[in-house]
Amino acid sequence: MSFAELLPLLVILSSALASFVIFFLRDDRSRLRTSIYLGGEIVKLGLVLVMLQGIYVGAQYELRVPLLPDIDFLLQANELAMLFLILSAGLWLLTTLYSIGYLRHAPNRARFFGFFGLSVSATAGIALSGNLFTFFIFYELLTLVTYPLVVHRETPAAMRIGRQYLVYTLGGGVVLLAGIVSLQLVAGSLEFVAGGTLTGDEASPAILIAIFALLIGGLGVKNAFVPLHSWLPAAMIAPTPVSALLHGVAVVKAGAFGIVRVIHEIYGIELAAELGVTLPVAILASFTIIYGSIKAISQDELKKRLAYSTVSQVSFIALGVSLVGYLDTVGGVAHLVHQGIMKVTLFFCAGVIAETIGVKYVSKMGGVGRRMPWTMGAFALGSLGMIGVPPMAGFVSKWYLGVGAIEAGQPWVIAVLVTSTVLNTVYFLPVLYVSFFGKPTGEWQEERPHTRFEADWLLLFPTLAVAGLVFLIGLFAGWELSPLGWAELIASRQWEGQFGN
Amino acid sequence: MGLIGSNWLVVPIVLPLATATLAMLVGRRSAPYLGLLTASGILLSVAAIGLTVLEEGTIRYQLGGWEAPLGINLYADGLAVFMLLMTAIVGAAVSAYAVGYFTSRQDESGRVAGDSGDRSGSFWVLWMFLWASLNGLFLSADAFNLYVTLEIMGLSAAGLVTLERRQSALSSGMRYLFVTLLGSLAYLMGVALLYGALGALDLATLGELMYPGAATWSALALITLGMALKTGLFPLHFWMPAAYSNAISPASALLAGLVGKASFYLLLRLWFDVFDGGLGPGPGQVLGLLGAAAIVWGAVMAVRQRRLKRLLAYSSVSQIGYLFVLFSLATTASWGFDAWSGGVYHAFSHACAKAAMFMSAGAIVRSVGHDDLDRMQGVGQQMPLAVAGFALGGVTLMGLPPTGGFTAKWLLVSASLESGQWWIAVVLLAGGVLAALYVLRFLNPALIQVKVGPVARPATQNLEVTAFVLAFGSFFLALLSAPLLALLRIGTPFASVLLVGTP
Repeated sequence: MSFAELLPLLVILSSALASFVIFFLRDDRSRLRTSIYLGGEIVKLGLVLVMLQGIYVGAQYELRVPLLPDIDFLLQANELAMLFLILSAGLWLLTTLYSIGYLRHAPNRARFFGFFGLSVSATAGIALSGNLFTFFIFYELLTLVTYPLVVHRETPAAMRIGRQYLVYTLGGGVVLLAGIVSLQLVAGSLEFVAGGTLTGDEASPAILIAIFALLIGGLGVKNAFVPLHSWLPAAMIAPTPVSALLHGVAVVKAGAFGIVRVIHEIYGIELAAELGVTLPVAILASFTIIYGSIKAISQDELKKRLAYSTVSQVSFIALGVSLVGYLDTVGGVAHLVHQGIMKVTLFFCAGVIAETIGVKYVSKMGGVGRRMPWTMGAFALGSLGMIGVPPMAGFVSKWYLGVGAIEAGQPWVIAVLVTSTVLNTVYFLPVLYVSFFGKPTGEWQEERPHTRFEADWLLLFPTLAVAGLVFLIGLFAGWELSPLGWAELIASRQWEGQFGN
Repeated sequence: MGLIGSNWLVVPIVLPLATATLAMLVGRRSAPYLGLLTASGILLSVAAIGLTVLEEGTIRYQLGGWEAPLGINLYADGLAVFMLLMTAIVGAAVSAYAVGYFTSRQDESGRVAGDSGDRSGSFWVLWMFLWASLNGLFLSADAFNLYVTLEIMGLSAAGLVTLERRQSALSSGMRYLFVTLLGSLAYLMGVALLYGALGALDLATLGELMYPGAATWSALALITLGMALKTGLFPLHFWMPAAYSNAISPASALLAGLVGKASFYLLLRLWFDVFDGGLGPGPGQVLGLLGAAAIVWGAVMAVRQRRLKRLLAYSSVSQIGYLFVLFSLATTASWGFDAWSGGVYHAFSHACAKAAMFMSAGAIVRSVGHDDLDRMQGVGQQMPLAVAGFALGGVTLMGLPPTGGFTAKWLLVSASLESGQWWIAVVLLAGGVLAALYVLRFLNPALIQVKVGPVARPATQNLEVTAFVLAFGSFFLALLSAPLLALLRIGTPFASVLLVGTP
């Protein structure tokens, strides 16, 4: 087996192996656990960078193992895969550091970090899947390994919500599976090809449309399309690093990433437009964007507000890739990364505040900005990014989406973008205002001993790092290795595959 | 025939028979070691048979050199080896489990039982007879030998149920005995009809002579009824919940994992090798319909149970439905092999997973002293391995990748869509979500944390580890799909389909 075949597998297994070892460590061996865990991460990040460099110079990484008659287990690295892979591997490192601080004295850390690592492995598998079959394997694995994280607190409420989480995601998985099996029967090959693998001659349009509906319907659960979204705000019961992972990197993103794959690399944007299935997706995404924002306004619990904000923001990805325009695709794909980094920032901040001074509700945040200026500064960066203030990352996504919408002849999208920006402002600015200008509503519940910094450094530093990223990737969006630059490369591949120019 | 030769075929039958006899003589102390030794011997011989079949195709062996119709013939094709392998893996795991199970001097209700040593001795004797009969059943090439093995299997299985000396176990054991005898009797009558009509007992010969007529139709009906009863196909599953839940856990694991699969195998063998796919499409449709009903009914009942082992028993009712769905899908059309191999793959993965789950449940019941689902709080803290084993087995039942349940579901769903019976696909897929619900019925309370100090509880470490290892192994069964499906192709009744299907 050559290195080019082995590398995708190693990328997936590096975090999984570290996790397996961790499961067998006693809970109090925290130093050994951290070493193994960080070791696995650094190896993974190194491998990913090797792979990125290889992809950049045009190397091929592919592993193909026959599994069922005519169906292969296929791992394949391409530009789109790398985008998602780097997002997950990079944010994983920061999230891990944060979790170590967050769970300093909590029970069941071995289990937590074990499943955390497995989630990242599953996400890497989703990124590297070369066909729908393989994608499905990792997609379902992700459901399984995130369940113990969602119910980590093991309270009756957590268990109830865990059950809801599983029923929603498994239900979505079942619908997705029905779509995949049908497509396999109709088309034979389900490999991801830039520009689409289907030609449209495989079956009658009605059947292709029905299969598309099954695929998007199944993926739409994790992508949290309204009305399939209610598991996401509920899953806030999980520890904050898990929420960050779920919202920024793993679960929700797996749904969004799957939608990108299905529209651009299975159907191809041209065939999808011909079948008339892109507009319904765009409308569904727009509705979700507006609905999520409106719901977010009325949430007093900070994490709930962020959760509804995710419902809204993630659908920008689906909106971007379902509008038949080149710049839209760039915006949508870039938002895959932008939203991840912004949302992780916001969740990290919420976690730091709750862990340090016990504030969980927006109405109780008066004075927090003065008590924890760095944290709230990071929160300000993240939320201004979400609103779309230049030069933050969110502005870049929205700009491309808007310009692309006009290019694609869908000017109504501008209205959606404007409305969402107004609503984002309505639910984010009060948080900033209250925390910087409001008065404390009562005593802080100082939960941890004071340190030199305003919070535990393992909580604070990763937060500041991702906040810095929000600013930098927006500022340097013109650089060809920025998320935007990379998204342009991906979109141009899709368009070449499609229209041959 | 290569160096190994067809003589290997008798080993998986003779070895446990010899051990059963020896176990009666040597007494309770050495019986466990004898059992473990036998288990490894069987594993080795099955591996040897499997490699031979993979390399050289099907094997026929004439006991003492006598040809059919006079002599006893053994026959190993891909399917038979597949079932032997399943039995060897589950059997070895249950054997290791039983060693730990009987060393502790407590029974499942927590009472200290003075006679656990005696039960251990009887367990090994019965289990070895059962294993011999299972292997014999999978290898038999004629209808009468099948009856003999079926009878031995039923009797030893009923004996295993009554090893738990409680009134409820005795009465459900008696009911099980009655059911199993009735099933065998129906089978015997069917075989008699076949012999009368066709004048043969050898399966291959019967298949060649088969014609649709009053006698053969009645034979089909009787045999199908008998085997459906013994396998516990809805609505003939009435005996199952009591029998599985009242037996001691190693016996529950064997019954749910293996015994039910054997009668299913028998039906499968006759249906496609002798009756040419059920003499027409009608009967298969009926079985498929009942299977689909079983999937839903069993799962709904499982969710409603209040006791862990009864939950698992109803889950078996549901999972057995998946097996019978194949009868309405496996035809000579291009998807026939997919459906057939999907059903058989399901049998394999369910056997491993359900046995592991019963083993986990046994460890849990022994430790906490009850199997009341509403009082399981804190079990996850005390016995993480047992709960993890249960959960991994549960994932197989849900049919998620990378478990064998996923391969089975993929093949069956694919076949049902291809045959245009999309409603079957809907039931199969919905069954997975229902399975998640009843698995959570246990996991939800078990994972809730409670504040308890260290409590004295019986040592169950060995039991937990064995259950976990089996569950963990079966979790990755989909990764072995390619070699296992290649094995199933050897001597399959759908060979003609495969020739058409491969480009």
